[in-house]
Amino acid sequence: MNRFSVARRIASNIHGFRSVQRTLCSNTGVKIPDLVSEKEPLAEPELAYDIPQYDIAIVGGGMVGMALACSLATMPLTKQLSVAIIDSNPALVNNFHIRKEDPPDPRVSTVTPATISFFKDMGAWEFVQQHCHAYFDKMQVWDYTGLGYTRYNARDVDADVLGCVVENKVLHKSLLSCIQNSDFQKTIYSSRLSSITFPVRSSMTSSSGTSSSASGSSARLELDNGNIMYAKLVVGADGSKSCVRELARIQTTGWKYSQSAIICTVEHAVENFCAWQRFLPNGPIALLPIGEKFSNIVWSMDPKESVDRNSMSEDDFVKAVNHALDSGYGPHPQSKSFEGGNVFSWLKADSTHEGFEVPPKVFKLASQRLAFPLSLMHANSYASKRLVLIGDAAHTVHPLAGQGVNMGFADARCLSKVIAEGVAVGSDIGEVTLLKKYESERKAANITMMAILDGFQKAYSVDFMPINVLRALAFNGAQYISPLKRKIISYASGNKLLPLFT
Amino acid sequence: MASKLVMNRLRSLYRDNNSIFSTSQNQAIKWRSCQPSPINPPSPNNTSTTTSSSSVNEFELAKFSAIADTWWDAEGPFKPLHLMNPTRLAFIRSTLCRHFRKDPNCTRPFEGLKFVDVGCGGGILSEPLARMGATVTGVDAVDKNIKISRLHADLDPQTSSIEYRCTTAESLVEEQRQFDAVLALEVIEHVADPAGFCKSLSALTIPGGATVISTINRSMRAYATAIVAAEYLLHWLPKGTHQWSSFLTPEELVLILRRASITVQEMAGFVYNPLTGRWSLSDDISVNFIAFGTKPANRDEPLD
Ligand SMILES: Cc1cc2nc3c(=O)[nH]c(=O)nc-3n(C[C@H](O)[C@H](O)[C@H](O)COP(=O)(O)OP(=O)(O)OC[C@H]3O[C@@H](n4cnc5c(N)ncnc54)[C@H](O)[C@@H]3O)c2cc1C
Ligand SMILES: C[S@@+](CC[C@H](N)C(=O)[O-])C[C@H]1O[C@@H](n2cnc3c(N)ncnc32)[C@H](O)[C@@H]1O
Repeated sequence: MNRFSVARRIASNIHGFRSVQRTLCSNTGVKIPDLVSEKEPLAEPELAYDIPQYDIAIVGGGMVGMALACSLATMPLTKQLSVAIIDSNPALVNNFHIRKEDPPDPRVSTVTPATISFFKDMGAWEFVQQHCHAYFDKMQVWDYTGLGYTRYNARDVDADVLGCVVENKVLHKSLLSCIQNSDFQKTIYSSRLSSITFPVRSSMTSSSGTSSSASGSSARLELDNGNIMYAKLVVGADGSKSCVRELARIQTTGWKYSQSAIICTVEHAVENFCAWQRFLPNGPIALLPIGEKFSNIVWSMDPKESVDRNSMSEDDFVKAVNHALDSGYGPHPQSKSFEGGNVFSWLKADSTHEGFEVPPKVFKLASQRLAFPLSLMHANSYASKRLVLIGDAAHTVHPLAGQGVNMGFADARCLSKVIAEGVAVGSDIGEVTLLKKYESERKAANITMMAILDGFQKAYSVDFMPINVLRALAFNGAQYISPLKRKIISYASGNKLLPLFT
Repeated sequence: MASKLVMNRLRSLYRDNNSIFSTSQNQAIKWRSCQPSPINPPSPNNTSTTTSSSSVNEFELAKFSAIADTWWDAEGPFKPLHLMNPTRLAFIRSTLCRHFRKDPNCTRPFEGLKFVDVGCGGGILSEPLARMGATVTGVDAVDKNIKISRLHADLDPQTSSIEYRCTTAESLVEEQRQFDAVLALEVIEHVADPAGFCKSLSALTIPGGATVISTINRSMRAYATAIVAAEYLLHWLPKGTHQWSSFLTPEELVLILRRASITVQEMAGFVYNPLTGRWSLSDDISVNFIAFGTKPANRDEPLD
């Protein structure tokens, strides 16, 4: 009992919240939060014990934040943790349903086998399968000069499919459903984070003993709607403009490319089962099947072009797409020498003996067009005491690679594993030595991926993971580089005048 | 002359391996005076001990008292203990879950078990044990350590239930306290009478209970590592004062535990990987080692 009074004294000394008596998240929360009030009733109700205390506060319930929550909810050592999820996105609280007849969303992700296995481990993949998703079993990559093409077929790698494209909202909803089906103690706060107070660095000075904040050494979070909570660990999963990262004063390194991309959904007359990618002078255009007669377009170009193409009429845009995919620029390729881009980096398949095919004509735009500049950003640190960054908050890559969210899912998987290891040995889960384990594992992987993306960006102006070419460049020496590849590289470096490449 | 040469070689060996320095303070903590103990503590007012029990070595205690403020500084003198913590807790978790037939997939497998952490220091071990569900009593002969432990444990509701007391194993025996598991990690090398200390630990263990001890080996490699420690920390450790003879080898520990009716069931070494900066369990017990022993469920008669 004595101990509590010590803690209380510290509490009132440091924060002096006399008036912190806000209604808890009952107006916004899905569940009544798990308060720390199993303790004996308090004489002074306005003190820190009224404020909910969580093991983990996940700031940002996007795909990556939800993947972390879901992973924690489904592992034996972490499913007992109490977790707060903070996000004003109404999708988290309104139990909306995705209907089959809804038009496909232009925001899609190509999920890698690693992501699929992560979702299967969590039991979330079955939810994905209930919704619109599209596997494709063929892929064709070619270039506008008509010099060559490569076709990949799932049969070549003894697989049924080459990849899977899923709408982001389906991935998100699947994770949410999976969490709701578990008996996980989570509280959703429909608000945004406004401030964090971290405990003073606890080098205990035994004499004064005032080295920490009210709820022990927890971080204190304040939300836009006035809610306050404590958490032993704050996870910044709040996207590329991360507020958590900013509040923690974590610096970033990043750069913009002088390129933009347009994404949208289009409709064909026939169903599409193939992923298509054509290299054009200003960057590639890709057509990804997303189920039924719909495909997703990711088209990179210079920023001025993107403004024009984003504002032109729908009919003109459809014409421009068909021009870019087939009729424009140059002839159909005759030979198969091209081994350029590959959207699906994990594929090492070689081309089959299939002939060149013409991609299906686009006859209608089926969504808005979204244009965005291409850039890379990386946080210099992912972890500090009681704080960790995952997903786009830690690293943002341009969407063309289709890797952004896959990297984030890998972060979520790794962090939940590290937390489970910590729980197993009774660690304080906000301890920096524990969190650094996550950082060292993920930083290396993410930096490698970003270096590859940046390398290709520079080599092709836009990358689609043409691993084969990079290898050729790196290991085979210049004499093995085919004239075609040289051409591509020349567009890439934006250095069309170099004599070597003419 | 020759021995000087060997030492220099050892020194350069360890000096090349820069990161070994980060473990060095560990050895420094274990360093003890070569003078016959107990002697008067250098700063007696820093050290308050509750008893003049047989295991107390005042000189050692004064050292801990002097740096008590730094227990929870993960980058301070106790950094090696912090780094080693997950590894030794993994050993404790696996051996004790097996012994007490607890589910290792459970968040709090030690729920319902009473543990005592003898020589708990700042509570680096006690706190994780409490988070794993054990009802923990932490005792240390240095009052300052107990104060720090208390303050720190109160910061987390999961650890605030730990009972901390400034006392010794012998006094707890006098009080007739018993525990399901008795743990004394990195303590036995600091006590005045290791064999008597082990008898106390055994007396604190319920029949059928477990005892876990970790310490530093009296091996050549441990010796070499500690030389680095002395070199590295030259400014606060007088030279030539190591009393190697008081360190125990694994064989000796097994023997004195047997005399105290504890049968060592499992032993593991800690090895430090300078590349990752992490410790891991191995069968190399030449520097640091940890032993898990059990006390027979029936009468606790000495085995030899
Ligand atoms: C136009 C576009 C197209 C893309 N296409 C692809 C693709 O094809 N393939 C691919 O792999 N990746 C793609 N990406 C990247 C991918 O979308 C991201 O990598 C992924 O969404 C990152 O997920 P996240 O959960 O880390 O962040 P986000 O999805 O950005 O989620 C962040 C969440 O945090 C919340 N939030 C923000 N601030 C706060 C705050 N202060 N308090 C509380 N909550 C907050 C937001 O509401 C949001 O829900 C694309 C990105 C863009 C912009
Ligand atoms: C190296 S520390 C180990 C701390 C803790 N067991 C750990 O591993 O984290 C040794 C501790 O043993 C304590 N100690 C030394 N002799 C003791 C004795 N005879 N009885 C109780 N504690 C003692 C010291 O005060 C010191 O805190």
